[in-house]
Amino acid sequence: MIARFAAGLVVLSVGGAAAGPSLRPAPAGAISGKVTYTGTLPKLRPIDMSKEPACVAAHPTPVTTQDAVTGPANSVRYVVVYISAGDQGAPAATDTVHYDQKGCLYIPHVVAMQVHQPLAIFNDDPHSHNIHPLARVNAEWNKSQPKGAPPIRTAWDQPEFIAVKCNVHPWMHGYFVVLATPHSTVTDSSGTFSIAGLPPGTYTVTAWHERFGTQSQEVTVAGSETKTANFVLTARPY
Amino acid sequence: MGKLFAVVVTLIALASAAIFALHIWWVPLDISTHGSRIDRQLNETMIVAGVLFVGAQLALAFFVWRFSARGTTRPIKSFPGGPTPMVVLATVLVGAEILVLTFVGSKVWADVYQTPPAPGALQIEVQAEQFAFYFRYAGTDGKFGAMHPELMNDATENFFGLDPANDTTARDDIVVGSLVIPANQPVELRMHAKDVNHSFYVPELRIQQDIVPGLVIPLHFTATKPGKYELVCTQLCGLGHYNMRAFVEVKTRPDFDQWLKDKAAAQ
Repeated sequence: MIARFAAGLVVLSVGGAAAGPSLRPAPAGAISGKVTYTGTLPKLRPIDMSKEPACVAAHPTPVTTQDAVTGPANSVRYVVVYISAGDQGAPAATDTVHYDQKGCLYIPHVVAMQVHQPLAIFNDDPHSHNIHPLARVNAEWNKSQPKGAPPIRTAWDQPEFIAVKCNVHPWMHGYFVVLATPHSTVTDSSGTFSIAGLPPGTYTVTAWHERFGTQSQEVTVAGSETKTANFVLTARPY
Repeated sequence: MGKLFAVVVTLIALASAAIFALHIWWVPLDISTHGSRIDRQLNETMIVAGVLFVGAQLALAFFVWRFSARGTTRPIKSFPGGPTPMVVLATVLVGAEILVLTFVGSKVWADVYQTPPAPGALQIEVQAEQFAFYFRYAGTDGKFGAMHPELMNDATENFFGLDPANDTTARDDIVVGSLVIPANQPVELRMHAKDVNHSFYVPELRIQQDIVPGLVIPLHFTATKPGKYELVCTQLCGLGHYNMRAFVEVKTRPDFDQWLKDKAAAQ
């Protein structure tokens, strides 16, 4: 421990100009922005949960499908925005990603995570669920989770956009977006996002939406500035 | 010990017969126009089987009571001609009973299943999949969009494989998770299975019909009593079979029309 600390001091005294991770607190920039759409939205359909009366009771106002959730000023929710190039070698994300089943919905509808990042799946409902990630690159699995069962803890080995479904409640679906990068986020109800902790450099920022497709742009971050990157996705009614 | 056995056999036989004879355990309320014929057939079957069952058990109890103290070495009496004629006679008797029940029952079954639906029956498509039922109504244009199996996608709630981008008749199709039908109107279901065998069972409708992948299974009936009834899958279809169910909601005609109008507006 003391030896490592001493070695760190030596590196700091030499200076952090060399390539590779530096122990000097590097200036961290950020990229933020907003995702909006043009075009005609698909109609949100009410979800029919009549098969599971407890879930009908959990939603006093009817829930609609979540594959095209938008907000004021054409903003788009549940868009995964991530660094698709330029941040190789960034430290791995180690915090656990939480995915809940509550009121027969996946909360949140879309989660983004890095490969090997811990993922914990909870069942908060008073009945059983069945989690079935429809993985093609990774190994597909399908597990039941009765009420009160401990969380399912897992992680994914390969980058992949994995659709998730519940076999016993077919209206439940969401996405595990497994990425190579630790730098990712999902837009909120106002369509905004922010990716922080980016060392100076040129990055390709990609926005992915399950219905409106994918868009990328290059952004160069210098110092600790916050750059803006807005995306306009094209919506189609079908 | 033999006498105790005879008493226990008698009590079990009479108590289990009474449960059915007094309708303590009986089929649920019938809500269909054809159900009374099924119920009559079931009743006749239960009476025939019940008389034989109680008679056989009481005979068993009588012989045990009467002869159990005699020891095991000496036969009471031999059947005329030995055991072979006895087995033949028993087989013929039981076989005749089963054949009669089958012939009478198949007539009732054919009256329900092998008759054409009434003209103007409400058409509803059914999709059974692991582990849910979905129901499709034609919408305001009265036409069902074509099914494209390659477009079936649970992630986009496209359970029937519709192609609304290219098929305008599919755009107004109404897809729901409950079978909602009007009372006193003939209904014809056209049932599909997406993956494995399933079964459509509604005890109150007196209907149980398998659904087989690759076949379109027609089924028609008329429900009479408004209410909410459970539809369950009765073919073991996989891990989530226990939870494969839906509800049948029988509504009055005005309520049904309003429901259909609301659903059509949401498309």
